[in-house]
Amino acid sequence: MLTVLTPGPFCTVQDGGRPGWASIGVTCSGAADRPAAELANRLVGNRPAAALLEATAGGLRVRAERALLVAVTGAPAPVTVDGRPAPFAGPVPVPGGAVLGLGTPPVGLRSYVAVRGGIDVPPVLGSRSTDSLSGLGPAPLTAGVRLSVGTESGEEPFVDIAPVGAPSDRPVLRVLPGPRRNWLADGAWPVLLGAEWRVGADSDRVGLRLAGPRLRRAREDELPSEGLVPGAVQVPPDGAPVLFLADHPVTGGYPVLAVVVTADLGAVAQLRPGDVVRFRAAR
Amino acid sequence: MADHGRVADLGDVVDVVRYGDRALLVEAAGAATVPGLRAALAATPLAGQVDLVPAARTLLVVLDRPPTDQDVAGLRRLVPAAPDAGQTPAPLDLPVVFDGPDLADVARLTGRSPAAVVAALTGTRFTVAFGGFAPGFGYLTGLPSDLHVPRRATPRTRVPAGAVGLAGPYAGVYPRPSPGGWQLVGRTDAVLFDVDRDQPALLAPGTDVRFREVG
Repeated sequence: MLTVLTPGPFCTVQDGGRPGWASIGVTCSGAADRPAAELANRLVGNRPAAALLEATAGGLRVRAERALLVAVTGAPAPVTVDGRPAPFAGPVPVPGGAVLGLGTPPVGLRSYVAVRGGIDVPPVLGSRSTDSLSGLGPAPLTAGVRLSVGTESGEEPFVDIAPVGAPSDRPVLRVLPGPRRNWLADGAWPVLLGAEWRVGADSDRVGLRLAGPRLRRAREDELPSEGLVPGAVQVPPDGAPVLFLADHPVTGGYPVLAVVVTADLGAVAQLRPGDVVRFRAAR
Repeated sequence: MADHGRVADLGDVVDVVRYGDRALLVEAAGAATVPGLRAALAATPLAGQVDLVPAARTLLVVLDRPPTDQDVAGLRRLVPAAPDAGQTPAPLDLPVVFDGPDLADVARLTGRSPAAVVAALTGTRFTVAFGGFAPGFGYLTGLPSDLHVPRRATPRTRVPAGAVGLAGPYAGVYPRPSPGGWQLVGRTDAVLFDVDRDQPALLAPGTDVRFREVG
């Protein structure tokens, strides 16, 4: 059992998400930075898609009600156990009654806290993830919430520390041409690749708003709604692109100019408002 | 796949477009083709297929691996499954009270009496073409073209759960309270979305629906 003392700015339970329900309007959701979440789980001997905590901008404090093994990955928040520094990206034993704390990460946005055995909240449609768009799954964590810890885990890990690079606040994201590139003006693709884009303040698990030069459309008629994927760069009528993340709507009615490659979605999940991104064509 | 589901010899799939490195967008010959294409892939999935997203004119096929040229070629030849080929959901009889705040407007826009609008709606056999917008929302096709009405000029900030609305070629039912711009003609007590049911959405794609007027 874990007790949330302070959730920080925004903290949810996430796992591998709930794929397979898009046709009834349920998006996949799940950990926004998949590689970071999978690493945290591996470090405590969980299966990669086990449920864990996704803390946004640090600030999380939880009390272990019994001895637990945890690991923190993603945005490199300073980790403490009862106030004493503890390793980042490595297994951390937390004695019963001790408090695990995350400070504010100097770079990156989302830190992952895996607990050996997994966070055991009731699954909804096969997943323990909070879908911030539709409200499915557990509510975002608040102070006082108690979370059960499961018993499902594999071999004890034997890694001390996993060498991981810190997220970049100026990443270059690889993109493939989107399915509706021809709905945008000829110049839109070069403008996307040539410009610097600043991440807007109203960015969340649904998507990131990007400020930069206006992307112009080639046609103004209405695109019939069609499926979306994480990483899709959609261009609404105001010309300011939206880069979708884990809780994207299942369908959208604006043209998708480009799609960020899956390998770079973790970097997208670590972008904070004010960060600057560029795009380059994937090959 | 039995060939009685074939819609046209010209091809049911107009194009297959790569959509990032984990998905392919299948463009259907027409809106009516999408449910059959979805049924075909639900019955015989591609290797690594994790989700299908039917929409107005397209079917998004989401994979857990990069799509191959072979996938593209196979999808170009995809033949819709007949409605009776897969596990078609049971027809749904939806009890509706036709007292919506926009019923009079719909009557005026379509040049008939409110009672005639209700009669036309209860006489229509709808089919859920696709979902989206919110969990449990289904876009119902089959609306006679003389009942096509535009969205409200000003969307409502809050539409109650169970509200039955019309917009363009579609009818729909709001599964939970939300903002919305559809013309509201009635309401139902049916629970449209419940995660604890075997089939969480009443209005799953492929479901045939009739509105039954209740007091």
